Amino acid sequence: MSDILNLQSPASLGPSTFPGSDRPMVEAHGVRKTFGSLEVLSGIDMTVSRGEVACILGPSGSGKSTFLRCINHLEKLSAGRILVDGELIGYREKNGRLHEMKKPQLALQRREIGMVFQRFNLFPHLTVLGNIIQAPMLIRGEKREGAVRRAHALLDMVDLRQKADAYPQQLSGGQQQRVAIARALAMNPKLMLFDEPTSALDPELVGEVLAVMKRLANEGMTMIVVTHEMGFAREVADRVIFMDGGVVVEEGPPAEVLDRPRHERTRTFLRRVR
Amino acid sequence: MIADTATSAHSAPPASPASAHAPAPRVVPARYWGQWIAAVVLLVFVLGFVGLIASSKNVQWSAIPRYLFDPTILDGIRLTLVFTVLSMLISTVAGVVLATLRMAHNPVLSGFSHLYIWFFRGTPLLVQIIFWFNIQLFIPSLGIGSFHVETNTLISAFTAALLALSLNEAAYMAEIVRGGLLAVDKGQAEAATALGYTPFQTLTRIVLPQALRVIVPPVGNQTISMLKTTSLVSVVAAQDLLTRVQNIYATNFLIIELLLVASIWYLVMTTVASLLQSWLERRLGQSVSEPPLVMRLMRNLMSAVGSKG
Repeated sequence: MSDILNLQSPASLGPSTFPGSDRPMVEAHGVRKTFGSLEVLSGIDMTVSRGEVACILGPSGSGKSTFLRCINHLEKLSAGRILVDGELIGYREKNGRLHEMKKPQLALQRREIGMVFQRFNLFPHLTVLGNIIQAPMLIRGEKREGAVRRAHALLDMVDLRQKADAYPQQLSGGQQQRVAIARALAMNPKLMLFDEPTSALDPELVGEVLAVMKRLANEGMTMIVVTHEMGFAREVADRVIFMDGGVVVEEGPPAEVLDRPRHERTRTFLRRVR
Repeated sequence: MIADTATSAHSAPPASPASAHAPAPRVVPARYWGQWIAAVVLLVFVLGFVGLIASSKNVQWSAIPRYLFDPTILDGIRLTLVFTVLSMLISTVAGVVLATLRMAHNPVLSGFSHLYIWFFRGTPLLVQIIFWFNIQLFIPSLGIGSFHVETNTLISAFTAALLALSLNEAAYMAEIVRGGLLAVDKGQAEAATALGYTPFQTLTRIVLPQALRVIVPPVGNQTISMLKTTSLVSVVAAQDLLTRVQNIYATNFLIIELLLVASIWYLVMTTVASLLQSWLERRLGQSVSEPPLVMRLMRNLMSAVGSKG
């Protein structure tokens, strides 16, 4: 499966053969975001290493989804900076100034970052296969045969090999979300962002999506997951980050943050979700 | 209550209600006598009016079949169809452009689109047609350097009429297209953006194909309405169906007869177009449950336009 994902993780290549591999995948420095007079993010600092799985927890309105959307610049930052694989996202630094990137330039950066949405957002006018192959063919200029072959391999990975010719509305929510994961992976991203990927699912369908995400984590994909699934965070995350009121309240290994939280706010939240 | 009756229906009824055994009483439907009286009065008036026209000594009924397939009339129909199809095609393209301009961030671009729609929707089409026809009055010639063209030779009655119809219709089309674009879930554009689509790719590959479902029905209505609206270009003698009819009755004074000939043809055209539209919308309605909607839609649209032209 690693050959499908094309991961350039330290484990598969070795730090000596891949010079950038010791540098973190995501660095956020003092990220602020305001909507009008409302400050949603009040200075987020975060580092996510290559191959790490970071779960962001927090009450609704804590800014966790907004932060995730800042990483691929779906939201413009009000202050601070975000680097993905050492590259500044959304701006070019020249003569001590930050020049905002134009949308086609941003599109080049976004190719490298996969995103999975709460509401799946599959393209309803395309088949499952069309959803997966359109971006590689249109944006990366891949040949159809190659893109189709890869799409089938990805559908195998998310256990939907028979659904290639189905349309999104013929699938269950869990199946749609797995296709959405395959669609994002088809662009060969270095990093995957998950924005509450199971929150819109019926309870009995959550498991199949989490299973695919777990498989992906085991393959060494760098993942940032905004979630309410404590079980997933405990089992799969390398690190749990608890956010509230636009700041990171605490972070650490799941066992620490989930079982022995140091802050009262974390304790209150965990009591409420249990 | 409902649960009660449901359970009693399923379990063997030890004591079912009396109505199940006694013969059901006959139901007498309510009669609305007022409506019946109104219907009779209406019928009397309509039949009287039809009789009045039919028995008129001043209408030469035999002239109608004589002119119905007159080559001049048929050529007028051809031009009416040409005006309809061309102006709808031009205005659709212009409408997409205006709609995207209107949604642009640049205030000049969106302002232009706003102004355009305001102006062309706010002035009568008839005035616009006459305006384009007389454009040489304030722009006598067009040219670059030593090369000049008389506006009069450039803007014939045909081009003036086509310009006026297309530019006017584009304003309405822009609003229809904008409505369609806004109807597409914002998550769609977001998903495409996150995958690395450029704004242009997002529009053409993701948003527009989905907006089509919302756009097609009102465009059908506009097309049907355009078939009749083209008659306005007769004021600049653009040789459409009404112009031809007017030319003929100017010489033989069979005014009512020829207007009836024109009416028959307009009715035929709008009826055929309505049938096409309702067929198209039926297909569209089905395709909510059947997925390949957009592809089929575009094929249907293409064949619909093809059979009309």
